[in-house]
Amino acid sequence: MTIVVATRVLVAGDADGDVLTLGEPLSFWGGVDAATGRVIDVHHPQHGAVVTGRILVMPAGRGSSSSSSVLAEAIREGTAPAGIVLADGDPIVALGAIVAEEIYGIVTPVVEVADPEGYQALSTARRVRIRNDVIEA
Amino acid sequence: MTDCPAMPLSLTDADRSMLAGDYGRATALAMRVVTRTAEAMGATSLLDIEGAHVDGCLYHGRAGLDFAERLADVDGEVAVTTTLNVGSLDLLHPGLVRMPPARAAHARRLMDAYVALGCRPTWTCAPYQLPARPRFGAQLAWAESNAIVFANSVLGARSERYGDFMDIACAISGRAPAVGLHTDAGRRATLVVRVEGVPERIGVSTAGLGALGHVLGKRIGNHVPVIVGLPPGLPEDGLKALGAAAASSGAAGLLHVVGSTPEAPTIDAVVTGRLDEIRIDLEDLRLGRDELTTTGARELGAVCLGTPHASVRELLALAAAVEEHGPPVVPMYVNTSRAVLEALGEAASSLEGAGVRVVTDTCTYLTPILGGIDGSVMTDSAKWAWYAPGNLGFDVVFGTTDECVRSAADGRIQRDDRFWDAG
Repeated sequence: MTIVVATRVLVAGDADGDVLTLGEPLSFWGGVDAATGRVIDVHHPQHGAVVTGRILVMPAGRGSSSSSSVLAEAIREGTAPAGIVLADGDPIVALGAIVAEEIYGIVTPVVEVADPEGYQALSTARRVRIRNDVIEA
Repeated sequence: MTDCPAMPLSLTDADRSMLAGDYGRATALAMRVVTRTAEAMGATSLLDIEGAHVDGCLYHGRAGLDFAERLADVDGEVAVTTTLNVGSLDLLHPGLVRMPPARAAHARRLMDAYVALGCRPTWTCAPYQLPARPRFGAQLAWAESNAIVFANSVLGARSERYGDFMDIACAISGRAPAVGLHTDAGRRATLVVRVEGVPERIGVSTAGLGALGHVLGKRIGNHVPVIVGLPPGLPEDGLKALGAAAASSGAAGLLHVVGSTPEAPTIDAVVTGRLDEIRIDLEDLRLGRDELTTTGARELGAVCLGTPHASVRELLALAAAVEEHGPPVVPMYVNTSRAVLEALGEAASSLEGAGVRVVTDTCTYLTPILGGIDGSVMTDSAKWAWYAPGNLGFDVVFGTTDECVRSAADGRIQRDDRFWDAG
């Protein structure tokens, strides 16, 4: 078992899930369909993958500032990832999770793992548990 | 990255008072969102803002509506001048957006909730084209990626890259995290971009700068680049295309363009010490152009212009081009704001008289306006070309404004490959 300590906790909470690693940054807006949880960005290497219930391990957020809304809507709909690990913490992603917690009381942890070794370990793991700043792979 | 623990966010007495509910429930909720997001951004304090631009009025689903109505229901009100980004409906041209009635009703409720919060019903992604725009150095909380990069780069105002929820939370509290692009240090260039061998006609055009922005966005990561090698004194419309593209394919929040943007009269004005350099040449731009085109077929279904919203100057140029090449024989849409349309006066009727469909308050890549299209859609906007295939499912052909107008008049896609030649 590998234990990785998060560089920063953007949204505190607990989550377990199978890992979905994204090869490139993703904008939730224009990139994920909140109704299905599917990656719809045709330019993205994981186009067609489903984020629902997964621990999403991704390098960074990208592009549109509407991503917060799409993530919050996916959380409300139950199609969102269970938790999100970013190599480079993106406040637009964190914000979607913060607002969903404020208005629906559903917690979706978001952590930054800046250390390349830790990020690599998580991105190649099959299953990951997030407990605030402690991530077990 | 150091291992020392992050400094906590320090709040003023007024901040705490807002959090405690002394200014009402809407302000307390807004402050919770501002402070939690500030912590996620690594801020150690907040600062006062003098304006906001809100993107949350575009309907993405129930969550956005729940948040806005929760604020409006407890009498939330913005504390600073706040403009609104596009909504999901064209309120001036009802029926243009082909949306299921239930969704359209929610989209309308969302737009109404933001007006009830005291935001101005400007409905534009180009608030920098409105008569009163932020002064140099103004602290802002702006959302909408193209507006953010324009405010920072072209106006020299200061906003981080805010999104839905945070925009209205800052507007209601009048506070924003004192980090990143709000600070002198965060606005220094961190990467030099040399543009080489790009002829002036490409380097000043909407399509040329859009292709450059597209390439730039993919290559700069989270850097603040300083771009050298472009013609000085670039028009605002060109800088708009550059920034919009770079903020679509990447995370650009501020681009210094030497000789064109106010903080970079020279490279030395924004650079401290030695920085890494990347080079972008004409071949990179051609590859960028090709990435923004999804088909080689010549069948044309429609033409979409005005993303971000067209300026008065762009609409006058479009009217002249339509006059020269002939009226469109396929649907041709141009998005703009109601303020620009009003400023255009008589020229608006001549555009519409020639068969150009003017869309206000919203945008053709966001909402179901195009219907029954047979063939691909042509655009001069790198941003439209980047997002529309995923949003709308159409094939797209990216070209110059002139190619778009000539193709619309002909009914088949016309390319002028000489435009992208060297020399």
